[in-house]
Parts: sequence; structure tokens; C-alpha cells
Amino acid sequence: MADLTTDFVGIRSPNPFWLASAPPTDKEYNVRRAFQAGWGGVVWKTLGLDPHIVNVNGPRYGVVHGADRQVLGLNNIELITDRPLEVNLREIKQVVRDWPDRAMVVSLMVPCEEAPWREILPLVEATGAHGVELNFGCPHGMSERGMGSAVGQVPEYIEMVTRWVKAATRMPVIVKLTPNITDIRKPALAAMRGGADAVSLINTVNSITSVDLDLFAPEPTIDGKGAHGGYCGPAVKPIALNMVAEIARDPELKGLPISGIGGIATWRDAAEFMALGAGSVQVCTAAMTYGFKVVEEMISGLSLYLDDKGMSLADLTGRAVPNVTDWQYLNLNYVTKARIDQDLCIKCGRCYAACEDTSHQAIAMKPGRVFEVIDAECVACNLCVDVCPVEECITMERLAPGTVDPRTGLTVSDRPADWTTHPNNPNAQAAE
Amino acid sequence: MSIWTKGIAAGRLDAPDYDRNFADLHPPLDPHEAMVAADRCYFCHDAPCVAACPTAIDVPLFIRQIATGTPAAAARTIFEQNILGGMCARVCPTETLCEEACVREAAEGRPVRIGALQRHATDRGMAGPHPFGRAAPTGKRIAVLGAGPAGLACAHRLAMKGHDVVIHEVRPKPGGLNEYGIAAYKTPDGFARAEVDWLLSIGGIEVATGNAPDLAALRAEFDAVFLGTGLGDVNGLDLDGIGAAGVEDAVAFIARLRQSAPKDIAVGRDVVVVGGGMTAVDAAVQAKLLGALNVTLAYRGPREAMKASRYEQDLAASRGVNILTDAAPVAVEGDPLTSVTFALPSGDRVTVPADQMLLAIGQTLATGDLPETAGGRIVVTETGRTSLPKTWAGGDCTNRGENLTVTAVAQGRDAAEDIHAMLTEGADG
Ligand SMILES: Cc1cc2nc3c(=O)[nH]c(=O)nc-3n(C[C@H](O)[C@H](O)[C@H](O)COP(=O)(O)OP(=O)(O)OC[C@H]3O[C@@H](n4cnc5c(N)ncnc54)[C@H](O)[C@@H]3O)c2cc1C
Ligand SMILES: Cc1cc2nc3c(=O)[nH]c(=O)nc-3n(C[C@H](O)[C@H](O)[C@H](O)COP(=O)(O)O)c2cc1C
Ligand code: SF4
Repeated sequence: MADLTTDFVGIRSPNPFWLASAPPTDKEYNVRRAFQAGWGGVVWKTLGLDPHIVNVNGPRYGVVHGADRQVLGLNNIELITDRPLEVNLREIKQVVRDWPDRAMVVSLMVPCEEAPWREILPLVEATGAHGVELNFGCPHGMSERGMGSAVGQVPEYIEMVTRWVKAATRMPVIVKLTPNITDIRKPALAAMRGGADAVSLINTVNSITSVDLDLFAPEPTIDGKGAHGGYCGPAVKPIALNMVAEIARDPELKGLPISGIGGIATWRDAAEFMALGAGSVQVCTAAMTYGFKVVEEMISGLSLYLDDKGMSLADLTGRAVPNVTDWQYLNLNYVTKARIDQDLCIKCGRCYAACEDTSHQAIAMKPGRVFEVIDAECVACNLCVDVCPVEECITMERLAPGTVDPRTGLTVSDRPADWTTHPNNPNAQAAE
Repeated sequence: MSIWTKGIAAGRLDAPDYDRNFADLHPPLDPHEAMVAADRCYFCHDAPCVAACPTAIDVPLFIRQIATGTPAAAARTIFEQNILGGMCARVCPTETLCEEACVREAAEGRPVRIGALQRHATDRGMAGPHPFGRAAPTGKRIAVLGAGPAGLACAHRLAMKGHDVVIHEVRPKPGGLNEYGIAAYKTPDGFARAEVDWLLSIGGIEVATGNAPDLAALRAEFDAVFLGTGLGDVNGLDLDGIGAAGVEDAVAFIARLRQSAPKDIAVGRDVVVVGGGMTAVDAAVQAKLLGALNVTLAYRGPREAMKASRYEQDLAASRGVNILTDAAPVAVEGDPLTSVTFALPSGDRVTVPADQMLLAIGQTLATGDLPETAGGRIVVTETGRTSLPKTWAGGDCTNRGENLTVTAVAQGRDAAEDIHAMLTEGADG
């Protein structure tokens, strides 16, 4: 079994799987059971100052289901903890004492002034917690009060608040970022400048999951009205991966530790976040969908993968980052063609419909429902591969250098060449 | 009275057993099951299931309409091609039609449940108002002979086109074999009758039951005539003693069963069914479900030659029917019947005790005043034209019939389209 022990900005945990700040970490009862189930750490549900906030008393979730009611995406209008600060602090202290090997990070959100931060941080430190996470991400309710994503969308505020916090505590400080901005690197840089030890991302995405077509109101509907919520779950993973990668590969942000969050439901999702630079990962929706037990699969899957690859966790972290590049650097001399394995083909014709109607008319439908790629038309987009229901039935095969691409009539070169040197690029630099 | 009672007797089972035995063979999908089943459809290009359906229902489209929560739209898609889509969803041997062609059958031996989904959609569609209206009246009148699937489909399509239709049906009830032939557990709860009523609610169709008028008279009175008379006669076995009490034609036995409560149907303790098609299987299975102790289905050829699909054979076996192949009946003993003797390919003979014998060795065209026939069926073109002017035919009575409900529907519909084209274009009939 691979060693999954994690040290993330000095916060140690037996594995990199933490529960994100959310209902699963809202109270002692949950967190104890999570630790029993094997979670490596938790980020406690966001604390605020008293008087504690209130939640709606109607439904607080919206959902996007697959056909078998698989939860593909979840949206919520829940606010931060709705329990008194003192109760939360007391519980945190108990849990830290009883589970010393697990990571205990406490999420915080107080008004955007220095005094409240100076007030709450010592209280948290007194619990023995190992770090704090600044919630600059919550996109609903709290933002209307000048907190959460209202701070997270203004890099100057992030930097300012982070600096206050760093000055007021010796605990590691993780800044949690909102995805509801145009360039994730700006808030990350602000956090770094403010002295943050790490960033965590993503928080939820502004969303309306569905509209009730009888009530003509967004769901969840509360007395005939609905408000936008925050979207999470498997649906947001691609957005989150990209944002993590953007930070991981930015030269200015180099070395800034990342805790990856957003749609992680399996060990594989977690491994992908780590390959893109995440040093720990946080999970919410998967736990809310399936319960705490899912961590067992995450632990076994990640260990098996690392063992199979002969890698350590450290080897995995950031391993894909050098391969994330910009479009302009992609090798235009890498020429592929789709190939359909006739033995695997079940003759559904989806590749044909996709290519014929929406791509390049590069698949021929022959008598007997035989589908074949026309190399002279195939642009190698791989749409057919994506829509084919049979795994490995359609593959993209590289044309060997020296062969002629029947589509362009050009001989495939063995020398990589990208857009920066392409003759059609008005800004092309001469190849060296 | 029990399963042990010798001879032919009713009431062999307790009431709950009858209810269980004759309940829906395939209970309907609930809405969630339907969603999950629909999600498996790949929405194939030029889908093979559509080609495999004799009525060419747009299967991927109706399944997608189910998946998007509009079963009524799905039902309309089905009914546009097949107005008896409700019955077909219950009785089609999908394992040899659409579901056999499903690419997921090829891929994993588990096709999309097209029949069950079709039932899901049509059950919902039929709960609402009739989905079609009638075109402006054309003033044309068409006679349809026979209220089976072919006749009903033809009449409905003609009514849609604005023609007036009179269906003459010799039996007391409309529906043809839907009402008198299909196995009871495929269409329980009076569905056949309800479906006919629903179909007729389009208006413009008069049904005259107990009526078998002369073809020549109809051709003189109406603008066109459609023959959907099915196969009125059955093949017999030419054996000594075949007239013994206890020997009966399987189609008549089934018709009686369909028109009564199962507890009132007398069945033998030891039943022999002769034949290898769908009728033989249905007779054997229903005899078993009525409480017969031993049911033997004897087919004279090898297993592969049986017309009943593998699925039907397995159904029979799972209900406890003993299937004997390569067994040709050669003698019938006793009156009332006591046993039946079969010859095996080896030349050996076996005698099977029997107090009831049901013959299911094929139906034939009733003779009478008919257009040209060949091989005992009315000869028709692709659109159902017969050798006589102004006269079309479809379904089992024709040389293009396939002894399938769905084929009869397709042919009735297509004949109606041709009749309509002919009558409205003023072309020569
Ligand atoms: C026991 C049995 C089980 C079957 N099971 C299935 C099954 O599970 N699935 C399947 O797809 N198919 C099944 N079939 C076949 C299917 O029932 C027929 O293919 C279908 O009913 C043919 O339709 P039709 O309209 O041509 O004829 P029919 O259904 O036979 O209807 C003909 C109608 O015409 C009437 N008629 C006849 N002569 C006259 C006349 N001179 N004047 C007025 N009316 C007349 C008859 O009374 C009858 O009502 C089964 C058949 C049998 C016998
Ligand atoms: C392959 C691809 C290329 C696209 N290119 C463009 C584009 O050039 N300009 C544009 O405005 N939108 C483009 N779009 C976005 C689509 O117009 C559309 O807004 C988006 O796909 C969301 O719609 P849908 O997912 O419901 O289809 C593209 C989408 C795809 C999938
Ligand atoms: S890769 Fe794209 S262009 Fe080529 S055959 Fe597939 S769908 Fe068509």
C-alpha cells in the first residue's frame, strides 16, 4: 500500500482526502464519524461571529439528475454555520483532542474589517486547530452582506484581509477562492501577496439548476421564489480542474500550494487534481450523496494507482502541470486519423450522424451499416470517438512522419511546428 | 376439484392462483424504470430497430420523448405509425423484431426494452384524449371486412383521411385475434376491447358485428373494400379416432378462454398440444396455468424448426411445459381420449397419457367469394391491392401476412393510404 500521508503547508493528515467546509463538517457528530470512516481531515463548516446567521426554512438544494437519478450537480443556498460560535469552538476542541492525527482546518468568514478577524482568530487557535481557511467564495447570501465572494471577487480585499489574518495568527492560512470571476490567477496572486500559505479552490459556481415550469420560479423554490445558489458536484469538476491548472502553471504563482476542490467523487478525480498540482483535495457533494464511506474507495484506489505506477504521492503532485500549455504551442505536425474497429463496432451510427451532420462528412456509411473513416476528409477532431458508445472502438491513430495526409496532400513532418511559426500567423517568428 | 382430478374439468386451482397465473406477463414499467430504460437508447442513426419494426415506428424518437418526460408525445410518435401500438407493445415478439435489431443486443446481449417502453408511452397516451382528428369529409365510403388488427388499422387511417368506414365483423365482438386469440396473460384486464373503443373514438367508423356480407355486394355499394378477414379455418389431423371427445382445435380453446373467467375453463389433467408455433405455445402455457398437471407440447420436427421463438419456448419451459421435438402424432386412443401415440425418428413409438389434445398445426384461409389466391392466401401487391378492382386486402389472409399482429397493422395502414390516394387522385381502381 502506497503511503498516503500528507503534509500540506505543515498540516499533516494520514491521507490527502479532506472533507470540505460544508454540512458534512458542520458539527462534532459528523466529524467524528467522518474520521472513523477514514477521512484524513476536515475543513470545519465556516464559522462567523455571533449572533449566528439563520438559514432558510424551506428547501436549500437544487439538483441536476442523470436518468437514474444520479446526482450530476448540486446547488445550494445554505449559508455559513447557523450555530453559536462558542458551541462550534467547544466541539472543535474536543475532536482535535480525540483525533490528533487528523487535519483540522477551520473555515472562517467575518465582516471585511480587521477587528472581527483579530477577535475570532485567537479563539480558533485556542481549540488546537491546525489551520484556517478564509471563505472568500460563498456566492449567495453572505456576499450580499459584503462577505464571501464579495471579498473574493476583489483581489485588493483578498490581499488586505489575508494580511490581517497572517498578522493575527501563527496558524497556516488557506484562502478559498471563488470561481465566479474571469481570471482565477488574480485572486490567487492577491492571496499570495497577502501572505497566504495556500489557496483552495473552487468554491461553488453561481447557478440556477432548474426552473419549475408550473410555478415559473427557480428551484429550490421557497414560497414561489428562488435565488441563485452555488453549483457543485461532478458537473463542476472540469471548471475546477482548469482553474487549479491555471494557478499551478502560472510563473508568478509558482510554488503556491493548492488544495483542490470541485466535483471530486472518486480516487481518479482526486488523482487528476493532484496531477494538476493539488497537494490535498477536498470533497463535499460525493460525501453528501453517498455518505462518508466513499473515502474507502478513494484511499484504496489512489494507493493501488500509485503502487501500479511505482510513484509516491509527491511524484504525482503536479506531474501533469508541465503538459498543460497554451493552444499556440500545440504541435500542428501531429496528424491523426480516426480508425473504427469493425469487430467492436455495434453499428449504431452515432459517429456517422455526428460527423455527417456537424463535422466534416468524414465517415462513410456502407451497405450493411458498415462505417468507415474517409481519411481525405477526417480533420481528426475525435468527435466520433467521444460519441461512440463502445470504448476503444474508435481510436485516433497518428500518421507516421513521411506519409501523406490525404486531406491536405502534405507529407507529415517529423519536426514539431506550432502556431507561433505558422505561415498563416501574422505574428509568426521565423523558425530557428 | 384439484390438479389431480382426472379428465377435463374446470376449477382445478384456487382463486388467487388463477389471478396470479393470468396477471400481466410483463408488468408495466413505473416512471422511474422507464427513465432508466430509456436512457440506455443510443439514438442510433437510421436506427436498425426502426427498420426491424414492420410498422416502422420511430423508436429512438419516442424513447427520447419518454426520457424527456413527454410520454404523450412519445405515444403520438408511436400511433402515427401504428394505431395498435398499445397491443403491439404487449404481443410483439420483440426478441425477433426491434429488440433483436437493437445495437445493444449485438453489443451486450441486452437490448433496450423497446416493447416495455412502448407500453409505457402508449398506456399514458391512451389515458388522454384520442390523439388524431379527421380530415374534411371526402364523401367516400369504404367497407372493411373483419375487425382484426388489419381491418381496424385500415379503418382508422381511412377515417383520419376523412372517409366514412363501415366494418363488418362476423364475430360478436370486434378485435379479431386481439380479442379471441392472443394469450390472456399478454393482454389482461379487457385491454383488447378498451383499445378498440379508443381507436373507434376518432369517429367515422361504424362497426356492424355478427355480419359477414357478400364481397360482390360490398364492391357494388362502396367506393372501396378492404379484406382483413384473417385465417378462419384450421388445419386438421387425419388420424383414426381424431374425433374423440377431448380433442379440440387450440384456437377454439384459446378463444373460449379469452371470453371467460379462467376458473370456468375446463382443462385436462394430462394435456397434449400438437404444433410448434406461437399458438401451440400459448395453448400449452395457458393449459398449464389453468391447472393441468402434465402438459406436453409435441412438435414433429427438430427444435430449430419450431416457429415459436426461443423466448416463447423458454417461457413454456419455465411454466412447466414439457417440450417434445421430433415427435409426430400417429395414433389417438380412446373416446373420451386416453392417450396419444407419437412416432420418433428412430421408428420407436411412445404413448403419452392424455385426456385432452389441442391441435395447433396451422390456420388456413376460409374459402368463399375471394380475389385470386395462391398457396391458400389472397395475393396482394405491396400496398394491398388484390386481383379485383376496388378491392384491397391485408393481414393474415394475404400472401404477405406473417401471422403477426404488427404486420397486419402495417398492411391495413398501407392499404388505407393506397385507397386514399386512389380515391382522391381519381385514379383507376
Ligand atoms: C393463438 C394465437 C396467438 C397469437 N399470438 C400472437 C402474439 O403473441 N403476437 C403476435 O404478433 N401475433 C400473434 N398471433 C397472430 C396474430 O393474432 C394475427 O397475425 C393477427 O391477429 C392478424 O390480424 P388480421 O386482422 O389479419 O386477422 P384476425 O385477427 O384474424 O382478424 C380477422 C377478423 O375478421 C373476421 N372475419 C373473418 N371472416 C369474415 C367475414 N367473412 N366477414 C366478416 N368478418 C370476418 C374474424 O372474425 C376476425 O375478427 C397469434 C395468433 C393466434 C392464433
Ligand atoms: C466545438 C464547439 C465550438 C464552439 N465554437 C463557438 C464559437 O466559435 N463561437 C461561439 O460563440 N460559440 C461557440 N461555441 C459555443 C456554442 O455556441 C454554445 O454556446 C455552447 O456550446 C453551449 O451550448 P450547448 O452546450 O447547449 O450546445 C462552441 C461550442 C462547441 C461545442
Ligand atoms: S475525427 Fe472528426 S472528422 Fe474525423 S471521422 Fe471522427 S468526427 Fe469525423
